Amino acid sequence: MDSRPGKGMRVHQALRHDSALKHVSGEALYVDDLPAPSDMLHIYIAMSPHAHARILEMDLDAVRVVTGVAAVVSAGDIPGQNDVSPVAGDDPLFAEGEVYYAGQSLFAVAAESLEIARAAALEAKVQYEILTPLITIDQARQAGSYIEDSQTMACGDAAAALKNAPRRLKGRMIIGGQDHFYLEGQVALALPQEDGDMVIHSSTQHPSEVQHCVARVLGLASHSVTVEVRRMGGGFGGKETQPALMAAAAALVVRKTGRPAKLCLDRDDDMKLTGKRHDFEINYHVGFDETGRIEGIDLALASRCGYSEDLSSAINDRAMFHVDNAYFLGQATITSHRYKTHTVSNTAFRGFGGPQGMMGIERVMDEIAMALGKDPLDIRKVNLYGKAPRNITPYHQHVEDNVAPELITQLEAHARYRERRAEIKDFNRASPFLKKGLALTPVKFGISFTKTHLNQAGALIHIYADGSVHLNHGGTEMGQGLLIKVAQIIAEEFAIDLGCVKITATTTGKVPNTSATAASAGTDLNGMAALNAAQEIKGRLIAFAAKHYHCAREHISFSDNHVTIGNRVIAFADLVNQAYLARVSLSSTGFYKTPEIHYDRATHRGRPFYYFSYGAAVSEVVIDTLTGENKVLRVDILHDVGRSLNPAIDRGQIEGGFVQGMGWLTTEELYFDDGGHLLTHAPSTYKIPACSDRPVEFNIEIWEKGSNLKETIHRSKAVGEPPLMLAISVFSALGDAVASVAGHKFMPRLDAPATPERILTAVEETRRRAGVGKS
Amino acid sequence: MDSPNFDDASDMSIPTMSVNNKPVQIDGEARTLLVHFLRDTLGLTGTHVGCDTSQCGACVVMMDGRAVKSCTVLALQAQGSDITTIEGLISEDLHPVQAAFQQHHALQCGFCTPGMILTALDMIHRNPVLDEEKIRHELEGNLCRCTGYQNIVKAIKSAADQIRSE
Repeated sequence: MDSRPGKGMRVHQALRHDSALKHVSGEALYVDDLPAPSDMLHIYIAMSPHAHARILEMDLDAVRVVTGVAAVVSAGDIPGQNDVSPVAGDDPLFAEGEVYYAGQSLFAVAAESLEIARAAALEAKVQYEILTPLITIDQARQAGSYIEDSQTMACGDAAAALKNAPRRLKGRMIIGGQDHFYLEGQVALALPQEDGDMVIHSSTQHPSEVQHCVARVLGLASHSVTVEVRRMGGGFGGKETQPALMAAAAALVVRKTGRPAKLCLDRDDDMKLTGKRHDFEINYHVGFDETGRIEGIDLALASRCGYSEDLSSAINDRAMFHVDNAYFLGQATITSHRYKTHTVSNTAFRGFGGPQGMMGIERVMDEIAMALGKDPLDIRKVNLYGKAPRNITPYHQHVEDNVAPELITQLEAHARYRERRAEIKDFNRASPFLKKGLALTPVKFGISFTKTHLNQAGALIHIYADGSVHLNHGGTEMGQGLLIKVAQIIAEEFAIDLGCVKITATTTGKVPNTSATAASAGTDLNGMAALNAAQEIKGRLIAFAAKHYHCAREHISFSDNHVTIGNRVIAFADLVNQAYLARVSLSSTGFYKTPEIHYDRATHRGRPFYYFSYGAAVSEVVIDTLTGENKVLRVDILHDVGRSLNPAIDRGQIEGGFVQGMGWLTTEELYFDDGGHLLTHAPSTYKIPACSDRPVEFNIEIWEKGSNLKETIHRSKAVGEPPLMLAISVFSALGDAVASVAGHKFMPRLDAPATPERILTAVEETRRRAGVGKS
Repeated sequence: MDSPNFDDASDMSIPTMSVNNKPVQIDGEARTLLVHFLRDTLGLTGTHVGCDTSQCGACVVMMDGRAVKSCTVLALQAQGSDITTIEGLISEDLHPVQAAFQQHHALQCGFCTPGMILTALDMIHRNPVLDEEKIRHELEGNLCRCTGYQNIVKAIKSAADQIRSE
């Protein structure tokens, strides 16, 4: 580990994850690992077997009398509001009157062991009147079932542009959802405190929301609930709104029994009960010229939101914000329909709707290329954002930091795109059954919460009299390396060793009213807030030193664990101790709010994003046209993270995001039956990428020229979500391989995830349309 | 779970196993899984439960020198066996496989890491030659959701090379 002193020797360094040693030695504690109080109860959540039904009677007497059961709680036991929703007030902790999805929580059993609780729950007598469920987008559309009004974003006159365009085409694609499959399932441990207060250990990206939800359910003020999280075993958006239910159920049991209680969902229950990535249907009608340049486009997005709003409003907005990806769409109309169904309420997932929107426009690029008989990369390049007037997004924000053209050109050369295109053509000509495909797709992803008020963060720093630093902020650690990055920033600011900075658990007791660690903005926001706190204390230390040593402020500097004061050099710890003795406050809060951003949702215009993160990937795949089986042979990624705060951490995000995106678009299939039951609710049937699925050759480069035009923390860029969308290149390459069976004359109708079944169907349909028999 | 409670164990001596070189008595119900015995009874929480159905590999421990998924082994099945968990891998220093995972950034959230390390140790023991392709195949029973496995493979290769050279 390099922690040598000097400017920039702590930031921009490939330092290990702060918990790496604890992880490899098994000492890192997750919520389920915390020592259990001896009288702790274990909670099991009983779930609805029906997607839509009226509850005629719920008799839980037989559950209560099972030996070892301490409490059974349902809607009637809630002292406050029966609601664990983030925004809309429509997510009951326990069903009341009606159930709206198969898997919805009905009641909780708390017992001496989880086995007892689970077995006891089976004794419940619940009678239902089965109602007709709306499971699919089609069914919801026909029934006119929405979570909110459809939204329209427009730039120019798309209808006229379409009418006047030399070429036009229409198409439709379906994009499946995705389960988060964080390795650590949802878990909460609630501990009773005096005055009826509550301490909750929650695996959550959003401790403040868990705090507020628990308080709301228990009818307490927020100051009576403290939520703490040291780390999560993965989050990916699945622990943004979802943990509130687990925490509230555990807190309710504590309220009822006075005993500590833990709720830890097992994998199958977690997959049935908690929300996922939205599945989308995208219809496009595009007009373009003979070079492939888009003149006008009409894009209609439809998503399955599930039974409640959750964050669907903002997620579908972000899908609209990303249907342009890196392209100037000319005259564009974008509509978005948000369907309410009797399925689990879909929620945040890395990319937050952006990936689905991007899938639509990348399909359009491929389809225009097929129509004109050109290489899809040439179509992409001709449509990239450029100089004014080709720099205005459909939401009227100007793209000021467009590095996509340069980055793509560099990747194209580096990955030998043109040469390999020719090689693949030769390969396919000579290979009757195995066909290869190639695609380069870019990513431009907007950074900031689109709900402007969420773009704020707080931090708290103490320096103790021995010079050691205690660092706390509102961001949470889910493996993404946020805590080490912020610690690097603080060590850099004081010019002290990283080991002098103690990373501590996130808690609502230290920093209040935090935003979720989400939208890729964790480091941007919390890093700045922590820097603000550090600068405040540093300012006091400088003022003290100037007065104490009769030295001008400009002659005081920090380096190498020391402070130079004029001609004198003293240890940082000594200056801190002297300041303490002179009664200088050595603790400070810090605060940050992202500047410049604003957005008017009524007109869908404004500047929702502070800046954009960019990247591009080339993927090469091979498919077996007899079975649909496929493999990713090689991937080359060039990604812009600005000036990387920690290249090792950032590379991990790029690689992991890509592979997760690849899983979404290839192997991960959420299959609901006609009755709305999720049938793929375990890793036996729901396939996330395994080690053997990763690309055979996998080259990742952080863009050396990367910087941020905006004054972000040390000019870095957000990296959490954008790389996921680089995997669209895999999907596009699979489509390219399928299209090769008919000489790229037709765009295959290939939906996501591109499972072997879908690929095989697409191959056969493409051959049929082209009148080509089997080779 | 106060005292031994095995159906037919009344006049037998209490079954034992060795965990991280220490003898322990196997108490609890006969159906207790090894993973729960390790975590709940012995407090060895470095062994994780990821999927409950023996697919993700977060619960892998060494049983008599072979990697097993401890969510599919009854505690009683381990009677007389030597169990090594992630906590038992450290002697004075980190084990070379642990050190390699730390060195090569082969982790993010860390939840899969202990299982990965013990699976890696097993494959290094069984395979005199370990190339990347073999490692990828051998690692199919261990899921990681954060990384793309790239650095995990790198770490295993590096540890294998180091162990061979010693």
